[in-house]
Amino acid sequence: MVHFSKWKISIILGIVILGLAFAAPNLLDRTTAESLPSWLPHEQVNLGLDLQGGSHLLLEVEVNSVVRERLEGMVDGIRVALRKDRIRYTGLGQRGTTVTFMVRKSTELEKARKLAEGVESNLEVLAEGNRVTVNFTEQALRDIKNAAINQSIEIVRRRIDETGTREPTIQRQGQDRILVQLPGVDDPERVKRLLGRTAKMSFHLLDHKGSMAEAMQGRIPPGSMLLPASQATADRGQAQRYLVRKRVSVGGDRLIDSQPSFDSRTGEPIVNFRFDTLGGKKFADVTRANVNRPFAVVLDGKVITAPVIREPILGGSGQISGNFTIAEAQDLALLLRAGALPAPLTILEERSVGPGLGADSIAAGKVASIIGLILVVIFMVITYGVFGVFADVALMVNMVLILGGLSLLQATLTLPGIAGIVLTIGMAVDANVLVFERIREEVRAGRTPISAIDAGYSRAITTIIDANLTTLIAALILFYFGSGPVRGFAVTLSIGIVTSMFTAIMLTRLLVVTWIRSRRVTEVPI
Amino acid sequence: MKPLNLISVKPNLEFIGKRTIFFAFSIVLILTSLSLFVARDLNYGIDFQGGILIEVRVDKAGKLGEMRQQLSNLGLGEVALQEFGAPTDILIRIQKQEGGEKAQQAAIDKVKQSLGPGVEYRRTEFVGPKVSEELFRDGVLAVVLAMIGILIYIWFRFEWQFGLGAIIALTHDVLSTIGIFALTGIEFNLSTVAAILTIAGYSINDTVVVYDRVRENLRKYKTLSLPELLNNSINETLSRTVMTSVTTLLALLSLYILGGEVIRGFSFAMIWGVVVGTYSSICLAVPVLLYLNVNRGTARVKSDQEVAKEISS
Repeated sequence: MVHFSKWKISIILGIVILGLAFAAPNLLDRTTAESLPSWLPHEQVNLGLDLQGGSHLLLEVEVNSVVRERLEGMVDGIRVALRKDRIRYTGLGQRGTTVTFMVRKSTELEKARKLAEGVESNLEVLAEGNRVTVNFTEQALRDIKNAAINQSIEIVRRRIDETGTREPTIQRQGQDRILVQLPGVDDPERVKRLLGRTAKMSFHLLDHKGSMAEAMQGRIPPGSMLLPASQATADRGQAQRYLVRKRVSVGGDRLIDSQPSFDSRTGEPIVNFRFDTLGGKKFADVTRANVNRPFAVVLDGKVITAPVIREPILGGSGQISGNFTIAEAQDLALLLRAGALPAPLTILEERSVGPGLGADSIAAGKVASIIGLILVVIFMVITYGVFGVFADVALMVNMVLILGGLSLLQATLTLPGIAGIVLTIGMAVDANVLVFERIREEVRAGRTPISAIDAGYSRAITTIIDANLTTLIAALILFYFGSGPVRGFAVTLSIGIVTSMFTAIMLTRLLVVTWIRSRRVTEVPI
Repeated sequence: MKPLNLISVKPNLEFIGKRTIFFAFSIVLILTSLSLFVARDLNYGIDFQGGILIEVRVDKAGKLGEMRQQLSNLGLGEVALQEFGAPTDILIRIQKQEGGEKAQQAAIDKVKQSLGPGVEYRRTEFVGPKVSEELFRDGVLAVVLAMIGILIYIWFRFEWQFGLGAIIALTHDVLSTIGIFALTGIEFNLSTVAAILTIAGYSINDTVVVYDRVRENLRKYKTLSLPELLNNSINETLSRTVMTSVTTLLALLSLYILGGEVIRGFSFAMIWGVVVGTYSSICLAVPVLLYLNVNRGTARVKSDQEVAKEISS
């Protein structure tokens, strides 16, 4: 045991040197580290949002609203098909996740079933008695939901990119959730405002024939809908409600650009927009046919503005003035550029840390680690003398290895993670303590120095492994179940356990053996 | 320099003989913990019960009262304010709002509008009802699974008696930690669960070291009476147990005092855990072996030669 083969020594030293190399970039500032040649280790420890400041948002996509919308579309499709073939029906509508209706004449049941089947692919149609029940297949439902989530992620990414956030993380989590991590964001409220709106915009003609008074009493003409005005418009003393044609003249999905600007006459903040070719043509057609009639710009079910068309708008671009503040115009332009969300998002969890607190946490963590380290180092030397010095060297190397390991694995260091490192400082010497105490016992039992050291190591090793593996079990379970900061704790604790086993069993032993051989000691000073 | 022997060269303290005192103490400790838990419950943080937490820094001290007045008029239910580490740092806790996730965001907006632009928002945390339920479930599951995992490992490496003894000590540590949190009203959150799991790991670590020695001595001294053998095992490993506890406590005290306000609850739990874990490994885990019918004939231990072979390979 006292013998170390050459290759064993080189492996031990190699690991230590690699640890140093991977830890080293952390001493540089970030830009210098990034400019290092790629063959050199240049990764720095990834700081968690709780240390560098930033926002963590867990969003839920309301996928069911997409399914509901699709079902509404299906109801319309079936209605059109049935009417076209003059099949008389009653009770057409959606119930839960199905659409049902009854045919008047049972002889037409089969025909109706066929028609319903043809409305969309991936439908399951049941016909019983007079009733036809239409379902999406399991697969279709899954596809609809997946598409909604993937599209939501895309739109969220676009909106966040537009705000100029550096290195955001946007990823799907579980069935219907999106995890958004925004390092360095100092105004999470704006991001939340931007993500909280679906931003579905559409252009509609106003129903100028229908009576507003009757509509207010619930008698809304078919093909029209009663929509509230947006807050800003209503506050201006303009109409509170508008009677709007259901038919979408031009959809917001036809927009290719939008920018905030100012009205050249009034100086009021406005949003300029431009349609793609098809949208521009549609818009031109509608405006040409409806000069001197009002049309409504509807955003998320609210009328932002309802100006009168003065002349045909043929260029495919226009402007919206909705009594915006400058910030509102900027946000609306951004939302229209990035596109609409397929479904509303709900914020399930938010954890935002300002840069001040993050920096304070790092500073406090550093001080606590260094003081803790100094205390343990002194205590070890007092108790074990020169062996304590060996253990302290191992402890320092251990710290370097943890830092190197974190950089290499690109694991995230969080505030509880720093706590894990401090804890490791205290616990890492345990393996050495086990060995040293054992050596003391063997010396007392009358063994020669070399044989006492030999026996101390070989007897303590199983204990060290048993003791550390149990802690490792706890740490791994914590990693699996923990989230965010706590997971960072599990990471540093696990790395710390592994590196402290290495330093205690390999490195300290190498130091002790080398020392014993060079001094040819006759007594173990422990 | 002459190394210092912290614990006398060969301590011969009586542990097994005083076991009834330890058992009585621990039973009282656990019963008190349980009744405190039932009577007062834990001060759950927003992680587990949902709600809003906002930490702000204001420009000068003494604004707490004014702010409390201001925020209690918003109609957000229970709003608790406290100084957090410094007189200019204030922690605002707002209970879970009625009306799902949307209502929580509205409440955050209200608070931020009411406080105006003059304050620095150091931290804004909000956990909705869905997520807090999941976090609670995961937390309980993690603690239970960790204990089962450790039990299986000990069972595999030792005999079942040792596994049972270790779990008794472990349960003792976890329950008394919950008790101290119920007593002090320190916030119980995700990092507390992390602390409890680490305490479990640490306590089992201590227990394993003593058990290893018990196992070794069972093989070595076939005729020694079990109480004496257990007592010797404790004494032989006592200096190591104390050393490791001291170094860990040194590091943890440094963290508790210097590590900042956010991490203080966590370090407190850990310090408690190290103390109680050390106690339970010595004074509970070993003495209970007396009653668990430890099998002296077949206690399996590797011989020196086996160990040596294993290491050199």
